[in-house]
Amino acid sequence: MSTGSSIAGLHAVFRRELGSYFTTPLAFVFLAAFAFAAPAFAFNVGRFFDTNRADLAPLFAYLPWLLMILMPALAMRAWAEERDRGTIETLLSLPVPVWAAALGKFLAAWVVAGLALALTFPMWVAVNYLGAPDNMAIAAGYLGAFLLAGAYLAIGQALSATTGNQVVAFVLGVLAAFLLTMAGSPFVTGALSSAVPAWLVEAIAHLSALERFSAFQSGVIGVKDLVYFLSLIAGGTAAAGLLIGASRAGGR
Amino acid sequence: MLTVEKLVKRFGPRVAADTVSFSLQPGEVLGFLGPNGAGKSTTMRMIAGRLEPDSGRVLVGKHDVATERRAAQRLIGYLPEGAPAYPSMTPRSFVEFCLRARGWSGRDLALASAEALDRARLGDASGQRIATLSKGYKRRAALAAAIAHDPLLLILDEPTDGLDPNQKDQVRALIRDMAADKAIIVSTHILEEVPAVCSRTIVIDKGRILADESPEEMAARTRTGRLDDAFRALTQTVPRETAAA
Repeated sequence: MSTGSSIAGLHAVFRRELGSYFTTPLAFVFLAAFAFAAPAFAFNVGRFFDTNRADLAPLFAYLPWLLMILMPALAMRAWAEERDRGTIETLLSLPVPVWAAALGKFLAAWVVAGLALALTFPMWVAVNYLGAPDNMAIAAGYLGAFLLAGAYLAIGQALSATTGNQVVAFVLGVLAAFLLTMAGSPFVTGALSSAVPAWLVEAIAHLSALERFSAFQSGVIGVKDLVYFLSLIAGGTAAAGLLIGASRAGGR
Repeated sequence: MLTVEKLVKRFGPRVAADTVSFSLQPGEVLGFLGPNGAGKSTTMRMIAGRLEPDSGRVLVGKHDVATERRAAQRLIGYLPEGAPAYPSMTPRSFVEFCLRARGWSGRDLALASAEALDRARLGDASGQRIATLSKGYKRRAALAAAIAHDPLLLILDEPTDGLDPNQKDQVRALIRDMAADKAIIVSTHILEEVPAVCSRTIVIDKGRILADESPEEMAARTRTGRLDDAFRALTQTVPRETAAA
């Protein structure tokens, strides 16, 4: 009974969330922005044609930067809006476990992110028309981008659970996504190395999402990298659930 | 149906509920009265399983809200303070969402949703986005969502707040209609509606229950025989004592 009702709750929340993305302009604005920005980056900054190679490297190279801004924008409303509008009272009075509500919200946002990535599909068609790309490597790159988007979303939704203000949730989400992505870069390790022990710097560098994503780009799907992204997703979603569950103890 | 035992809830130094105890049977409509900030909403949120008490216990049917929260919540319909509802949804989709989250589906869901929308008199507004509806209709949408699963215990936090006199009458009629087989708690600070709706009143202030009796008994507390005089006499005793001292 318990599992069945949890699934019913998850399904109801997923459906409601997905519906709310598409009954408001949010999903359409988001998808249009993504469909415009992703190729724009690839053509202008990534010099898609000048590389003279038939692959999607120019697209994938700039996706993390685009996702870093757009995923927090997609995630910021998840819980902050519920708190702001008071609907969290209704949601938490339904016989739905918080983990099911958190997972339903995450999956709905992840579907929208997946749709956004799917909108870059014409570029994949184009490179096949122009040459003979390694389609397996491109597919791996897309999988990596989808997982990276999921990680940003899960973390963004967890941060959204800490506040009733969507702008605060967005800023925190971008900051967290930036740090996660840049963890292995000289910019971060350099700043840290004077303050913390070397082993800690190395451990933090190990958390870098960018390096993990690069592996996918070159067509390598490693178990460790899969586990890395899936644990970020699970961790972020669980943190959102725990934060919301903790609101039962007191406060709004 | 409902047993509340010595509920205590503190927010920092403020005591929002101080050993609140009462029980409620089906057929009873309990008017939950008190000044603003008296602890009415806090107590109702704890009964609805949205807020955990610091100590004390709530039993809904046979289920302890703390240990079998979801089983208890299945029996409860709750209209939170301010009647929140998702603005991007229509009343129909909002009611359907709540039913679906409670495990309803298919024909049962469609019938229950249609009946709830009808009972809350949403009419043509059922298919319009809640963001575009007036306050009265928005409140009815939240009310429809609270009653759609035919709960045994109904908790309504200020259901008539902000409604026009006609709408208030309709909501009172709806509460009377549903009273026969349900236990209902209605919080309000509109005292005129108490005799019209409630079979019992509890007056609460600073988290403590000051009176638990019928509206007639409460009215008889003062010579004027008026509820608002009795309410004032009950809830203003503390400041008066302080003033005397």
